[in-house]
Amino acid sequence: MQPHPLVRFSKVDKSYDGVSCVVKSLDLDIARGEFLTLLGPSGSGKTTTLMMLAGFEVPTAGAILLDGRDITHLPPHKRGIGVVFQNYALFPHMSVAENVAYPLTVRGVDKAEAKRRVDAALDMVKLGGFGGRRPAQLSGGQQQRVALARALVFEPDLVLLDEPLGALDKQLRERMQYELKQLHERLGKTMVYVTHDQSEALTMSDRIAVFDDGKIQQLAPPTELYEKPSSLFVAEFVGENNRLEGTLLGMDAGIARVKLDDGVELRGMPAGNIAAGVKIVASVRPERLALGGEGHANRLSLTVERVVFHGDALRLVLRRKGGGEVMVKLPNAAKATPPERGSTLEIGFDLADCRIFEAA
Amino acid sequence: MLALMAPSVVFVCLVFVLPIALFLFRAVDNSDVPRALPKLALVIGTWNDGELPPEPVYRALVADLTVLRGSPELAILARRLNYALPGFRGTLTRTGRMLPASDVPSAKDALIAVDAKWADPEIWAVLRQQSGPVTDFFLLTALDRKRDVAGDIVPVAGDQAIFIDLYGRTLWVSLGVTLFCVILGFPIAAAMARATPATANWMLLGVLVPFWTSLLVRTTAWVILLQNEGLVNRALIWLGVLDTPLQLVFNRTGVYIAMVHVLLPYMILPLYSVMKGIQQSHLRAASSLGASPLRVFFTIYLPLSMPGVVAGATLVFVSAVGFYVTPALVGGPRDQMIGYFISYFTNSAVNWGLASALGAFLLLLVAITYLILGKLVGFDRLKVR
Ligand SMILES: Nc1ncnc2c1ncn2[C@@H]1O[C@H](COP(=O)(O)OP(=O)(O)OP(=O)(O)O)[C@@H](O)[C@H]1O
Ligand SMILES: [Mg+2]
Repeated sequence: MQPHPLVRFSKVDKSYDGVSCVVKSLDLDIARGEFLTLLGPSGSGKTTTLMMLAGFEVPTAGAILLDGRDITHLPPHKRGIGVVFQNYALFPHMSVAENVAYPLTVRGVDKAEAKRRVDAALDMVKLGGFGGRRPAQLSGGQQQRVALARALVFEPDLVLLDEPLGALDKQLRERMQYELKQLHERLGKTMVYVTHDQSEALTMSDRIAVFDDGKIQQLAPPTELYEKPSSLFVAEFVGENNRLEGTLLGMDAGIARVKLDDGVELRGMPAGNIAAGVKIVASVRPERLALGGEGHANRLSLTVERVVFHGDALRLVLRRKGGGEVMVKLPNAAKATPPERGSTLEIGFDLADCRIFEAA
Repeated sequence: MLALMAPSVVFVCLVFVLPIALFLFRAVDNSDVPRALPKLALVIGTWNDGELPPEPVYRALVADLTVLRGSPELAILARRLNYALPGFRGTLTRTGRMLPASDVPSAKDALIAVDAKWADPEIWAVLRQQSGPVTDFFLLTALDRKRDVAGDIVPVAGDQAIFIDLYGRTLWVSLGVTLFCVILGFPIAAAMARATPATANWMLLGVLVPFWTSLLVRTTAWVILLQNEGLVNRALIWLGVLDTPLQLVFNRTGVYIAMVHVLLPYMILPLYSVMKGIQQSHLRAASSLGASPLRVFFTIYLPLSMPGVVAGATLVFVSAVGFYVTPALVGGPRDQMIGYFISYFTNSAVNWGLASALGAFLLLLVAITYLILGKLVGFDRLKVR
C-alpha cells in the first residue's frame, strides 16, 4: 500500500468575490519531509493556497487533507501547522523569549520545560541570549529567525513559509536560504515555501510547483523544471531564456524540425505534440550557446551588439539578421578575449538544449 | 530648526501656558486689599490674638476709608472682604457713609460708635489675615477650610462645606462615564476596524455626526427623550418592560446617559485608529500557534489596542471632569459637577479668586488621576514597537 501524502489538495477552488477563482481546481500532494516551493508571479494564488492550508481561508470547493484527515473546515488553531509570515508577525508587546514561548504557553507546557525548549529553539536559530529583547530591537534577519524558532518550537509536522526572506537584502537572503535548508535537512520537517524568486526556489526545493493564474503549470524537481520546462511560461519564468520564433516543419523520430522566421532551420526537442505548420517558439538558455558552430546541431550567425561584464560571467548581446536579440552567457575564463563589438559570430547549440513550444 | 520652532513655542506660551499661569496666580492674588487700604496694611501687624488692635490701626483705617469714600473701589473691597466674613460688606458701607473725622480724639471709639462690629476681634483677625499681597483664603475655601480668629486652619461649618463633596462627585461621575465609554466604545471601534472600508466609512460618519450638532442641542434632545412622557419611557412601557415611567432625567442616570453619549466619540476615534493599525498577521500568527479566538483576543488584540484605550480614556476623563452644561441641564441639584461652580463663580458671582482656586485643584485632581492611571497601567508597558 502506498503511504498517503502528508497534505492533499483535492479539486480545490477559491474565489474571494464569488465570480472569479484565484485558485482553480487545484490538485496537489505534498510528501512527508519534503521541501516544496510554490513559485509564481504576483497574484498567481500562492499565498491564497498557503492560507487555505493554514486555515485562514476556506476553499470555495474541494477538500484539503492533512495526514489523511479532512481539515477543510478545521479552524487554524486546531491544525498544529507552523506558519512564518512575510512580515514576521512577531508580537511587539512580548519579548523574544515570550514570543517563542507563546505556542508552548497556549498548550499549557509547564514553565521549566517551556524555558528549556525556548532556549533550545533560540540556540537552533543562533539567537541564544537574545530572549530578553523586544522584537523591535532586532535586525530584520534576526526577527526572521525568531519567527522561525516560534513556528518550530512546538514541533509541528508541517511548516508553511510565505516569502519569509522577501524583506531581507541579497546577502542576508542567501545566508538565510542556506540556514533554512540546513534546518530542513536536520529536522526533516515538511516545509511549504512560497516565493516569487526563481533562483531561491531552484536552490532550496525538493520540488517546485510553478503557479500561474491560479493553476499549477508544472510540478517537478528543480533540475527537471530547468531542463525540461513543460510550457513556454515555465521556461521564461524559471531561469533566463532566448526566444526564437518560427514554424514547425515536421517531426523526425521525436525531434522537431523548425524554420525560424528569418529562414534559418533548427532542430530541437518538442514539448508535447505539435502539428506541422503551427507557429512555435524555440527556447535556448543563454549558457547553452557556444561560440563557434563546429560540432553543434544548430547554428546561428549573429552580430555582436554589446558585451556586458558580470564578474564571474560575460554576457554577449547579439543581433540576428531578422532583428531579434540573442543573449549568450560565457564563463569569465582567464585567457579568453571577448569578441569585438560589431563583429560577426557563429554560435552553435545542441538539439537537446533547444526546446520547442507551441506559440501562445 | 530652532528658529523654525520659535514662533510656535511663543504661540503656545502666549495662548496656553500664560493664561494658565495667570489663572493659577489668581487663586492666591490678594492685591485688591493692600491697594485699597495702604495705610492700614503698613500698621496692621501684631497684637495678641483675640484682642482688639491699638489706636493707630483704627486711625489708619479711618484715613484709608476717607480716601476711598465714594469711589467704586470701596464696593470692590467690601465684596472681597464679605467673602471672608459675611456681613463685612454692611459694616464697611455703613462705616464709609458715616465716617468719623480724621481728627477725632479716639478713632477707635468713633468707629465702634458707627458699627459695634469694630469691637469684635474676629473682624480684625479677618482684616489682618486678608491684608497681605497674597492669600491662602481661596485655596482654603476650595477645600472647605478657613482660618479662625487665632489664624489656625479649621473646617468650615457643615452646611457651607460643599466643595470636597463636589470634587468626589466630579471624580466618580467622570470615572463612571470613562468606564462606560470604554465598555461601549471598544466593541464599536473593533467592529469599525474589522469592517470593509465602505462600511467603516458609514460607521465613522455615524460616530462623527454628533460632532456637527451643538452640545446644547444634543443635551436638550436627551431631556426630551428621557423625560417621563419621553420616547424612551413610552417605548419601554409599550414593550411591556415597565408599567410606570422610570425617572431617567434630572438625576444621575440622565447625567451618565447624556455624558456618555457626548464623549463616546473621543473614546472611539483614538481606539479605532490604534485598532486599525493592528496587523491581521499578528492575529493569524497567534491562532496558527494554537491560540483559540478568545485567547488571541486576550493575549494579542487587547494588549495591542491598550494604547488606544488609554488615549481614549484619558481624553474622555479629562473632558468629563470639566463638564458643566450637560449636568446642569439633565442632572438634579445633587448632580452638579465642579465645572458648574467654576462657571458660576466666574460669571455670576464674579469671585475669580475662588473660581481659580477650584480650577487649580481640578487641575491637580486630573494630574493625580493621570499619574495613578499611569502607575496602574504602566506607561512603559504601553510602549509598542
Ligand atoms: N482577501 C482577499 N480578498 C479579495 N481578493 C484577494 C484577497 N487576497 C488575495 N486576493 C486576490 O487573489 C489573487 C491571488 O492573491 P495571492 O495573494 O494568493 O497572490 P500571490 O501569488 O501570493 O501574490 P504575491 O506574490 O503578490 O504575494 C490576487 O488577484 C489578489 O488580488
Ligand atoms: Mg503572496
